Amino acid sequence: MSKIATQIKDTATSVRTKIQRRSKPTLSFPLRSLSNVKYHPKQGFLQLKGKKKVRTLTVSTVKTFAQTLRMMSQAKTLVEDDEIMTKREAYYVSKNWQDARFDEQPESDTVIDDIEALFQVNREQLGFIPEEKGGEVAGKLVVIDRDSETGKELRIDCTKFGSGAYSIPISIEHLKFEAKAKFVLAIETAGMFQRLVKHNYWRKANCILISMGGVPTRACRRFIRRLADELKLPVYAFVDCDPYGMFNIYRTLKVGSGNAAHINRYFCVPKASFLGVTPQDIVDYKLPTHPLKEVDIKRANDALKNDPFVQHYKPWQDSIRQLLEMGVRAEQQAFAVHDLNYVIEHYLPEKLAAPKKFLP
Amino acid sequence: MGKARKKSVKSKTKVTKKVKKKRGVTKKAEPKLAKATRKSAKKPDKKPAEETPAKKDVPRHSTAEDMASRQREISVAEFFTKNRHLLGFDNPRKALLTTIKEGVDNSLDACEEGGILPDVKVVIVPAREEDRFRVTIEDNGPGILKKQIPRIFAKLLYGSKFHRLKMSRGQQGIGISAAGMYGQLTTGKPISITSKTSRNKPAHHYELEIDTKRNEPRIIVDETVDWPVQRGTKVEIELEAKFQKGRQSVEEYLEQTAIANPHVLLQFVTPNGETKTYNRASKELPVETREIKPHPYGVELGVLIKMLHDTKARTLQSFLHSEFSRVSSQVARTICEKAKVSERSRPTRIARQEADNLFKAINQTKIMNPRTDCLSPIGETLILTGLKKQIEADFYTSVTRPPSVYRGNPFQIEAGLAYGGSLQAEGLARVLRYANRVPLLYQQSACAMTRSVLNTAWRNYALSQSAGALPSGPLVIIVHMASVWVPFTSESKEAVAHYPEIIKEVRLALQECGRQLAVFIRRRRKAAESQRKKEYIQQYIPHIAIALREMLELSERQETTIVKQLKDLLERSRS
Repeated sequence: MSKIATQIKDTATSVRTKIQRRSKPTLSFPLRSLSNVKYHPKQGFLQLKGKKKVRTLTVSTVKTFAQTLRMMSQAKTLVEDDEIMTKREAYYVSKNWQDARFDEQPESDTVIDDIEALFQVNREQLGFIPEEKGGEVAGKLVVIDRDSETGKELRIDCTKFGSGAYSIPISIEHLKFEAKAKFVLAIETAGMFQRLVKHNYWRKANCILISMGGVPTRACRRFIRRLADELKLPVYAFVDCDPYGMFNIYRTLKVGSGNAAHINRYFCVPKASFLGVTPQDIVDYKLPTHPLKEVDIKRANDALKNDPFVQHYKPWQDSIRQLLEMGVRAEQQAFAVHDLNYVIEHYLPEKLAAPKKFLP
Repeated sequence: MGKARKKSVKSKTKVTKKVKKKRGVTKKAEPKLAKATRKSAKKPDKKPAEETPAKKDVPRHSTAEDMASRQREISVAEFFTKNRHLLGFDNPRKALLTTIKEGVDNSLDACEEGGILPDVKVVIVPAREEDRFRVTIEDNGPGILKKQIPRIFAKLLYGSKFHRLKMSRGQQGIGISAAGMYGQLTTGKPISITSKTSRNKPAHHYELEIDTKRNEPRIIVDETVDWPVQRGTKVEIELEAKFQKGRQSVEEYLEQTAIANPHVLLQFVTPNGETKTYNRASKELPVETREIKPHPYGVELGVLIKMLHDTKARTLQSFLHSEFSRVSSQVARTICEKAKVSERSRPTRIARQEADNLFKAINQTKIMNPRTDCLSPIGETLILTGLKKQIEADFYTSVTRPPSVYRGNPFQIEAGLAYGGSLQAEGLARVLRYANRVPLLYQQSACAMTRSVLNTAWRNYALSQSAGALPSGPLVIIVHMASVWVPFTSESKEAVAHYPEIIKEVRLALQECGRQLAVFIRRRRKAAESQRKKEYIQQYIPHIAIALREMLELSERQETTIVKQLKDLLERSRS
């Protein structure tokens, strides 16, 4: 029996034993929030501090308690049968549970996240896979995959997708890589990625381009992490200059999230650094801006106050304050104001000339 | 009549004809007419006269003599013939209800005064003509002396109740004769009365008409008949009417009467021939009430002058002492001192100015509140009995407030609530208003009792209530005002006037009931919540057991055990 199946069985046994002893069964989960994580620069990711949330079976928790146990049972079956199930499918399977079924998918997603945290594994290990797309890759990278029927090796050359790109699969642990590139450029928007691909920027800069499409998915983060670790490549993030780009996208890429801190060790890229767009760039490149929205200001202040990552890095605190003072934000596509290819011909080369100056 | 005369003197020719018709009858309309005339009179008088000399019906100015020839006394009966809405005969539907109401009220008053448990029978039979009904109200009361019958039933403002301060249903002596008059007016048929005062005496049968000009009875039939009852009175009136069910119907009136009068046996035969019986739920007659003298605070100047004139007392001091409640010789002397009138002066010789001073002095002197044993409330127990008899609910409560006083008149407020059960859960609460045990069905919004119900913060008592509205929910609210003189807003006795003392007492009574109700509602909600939780738990416990069985590969028996253990566990933790 696999390790996870055993873990699930142990938890179920403890619940049953408590019931038999006429005491209320409990399940304890690590608290999933920024307040329960700390940052160690040496390990390079946000780690759980150990605060626990104990769910005791009472009148008010009986429904979630029942749902959690049934979902655990589902996970055990998946693991034992080596089967997978998307989160959406899990939601549909619950429709067989009569009263205990989920009404909306977010409810079942939360229960899956709870179980994941309970066993300190990622949901893929429990057999639950996400629906979301992993991200796109173009440039000097060869991905070595296997044909799922014949088991034959497949070499995928990411320079040969023309104006298209290689799509990161949901599960990437079995992949192998070969590359001669000098760095990885992780880009926030598909639009900017398209521009760089169209002009074969990867050839010019000798790099691997990855489109994250907003906050990078777990697979995308894991993919970049393995490139960084196994090919020993630096990773530069190129995102919008606003609190969302800085903390939701970049921070999650580099050190993981507070919500899924139990799996950050696998899904972070500690070697990543922040190429741009920085608040200083707005000044230096005279970028057109928009005023900061209220939610931006709230997010920035929140980061200053609660984010252990920001609290560790003085340069980040300075940058946020500078941004708040300027009261504006700028998108990475704003360089188009000078010239459509200004970003390729001037901005990126100029920034890449001095990677040491990147924000940590 | 002095007023009317002045005005008709001023009013000029154009409208004189109209005025003549209406004079003295529509008091309200007249000042307007007079005004209009005055305005037109300001215009140069000559012009119209010169321009239209050819027309024959050109208005002529009347002389004082002309007008004097048209001025004459108006009988009360004539006045009410034209203003029957004032007495509750606005439309055929209301006329039927008012007729029955006046008859039943009289029957109940008579029975109670005679110490007899009332058996009242109301019969409505459709008459030959369309829209006409023959109404019979029969009681087992003490009967009426032969010589009194004509005046009681065919003379307005004749009765035993107006001149005394005693709690009774009837007050003015208008009701039943007005009903007879309405019948006479709409069908031309006389009112028929049969009455018997004892087993050994014969029953008298009268058929009466009212001479509206003189407000005197006209006897059509006067005979002795054989009526096989011990004693009682039977009144029959044929009238133009409309029989309806539902709100403000005869049935509703009888039902509400049954609630506030659990000692009454009511039988009702509808025009369709159905018989409805409202059984007696208590053999306790209301306590016989004392008659009281007026309290000085409740007397107006005019009444005071009249009393001074009519008294047999020789000195002012003894007048005050003997004619009023709560005026001791000492208090009487204080009043005289304050009014700067000698206490030895003869009451009949008191001048108007002195009477005025006396009136002011009375209101400046502190006088004890009137005695309250003249009131006979229904009582908390009997209100509950009445409510339970007619309304099927889950919860009942009632409160009888201590007596209080408005304008020198003692009164007492009672309230009761019935909640839940068969009552409609949606919509607003139903308010049943009573004055001296008589249900008030009309003019709910004009009544002081309703005002108090609206002003009570029902939300404090676990009910919902929108601003300025009645509370909503399965609720019946009853409010009863017992008084020697209920201050109605009109002669048709439909709404109680807004005296602050009355509003306050009603509010206090309702609040007391409300607190009881809140305890009940909260307790019931708690029980429902508890039941809901129990069901909720039992909904999900099996799933915990299923999951454990799947994960631990248990047997079905083991699964059942887990379900049982979990139920015990959660039930225990809940209680």
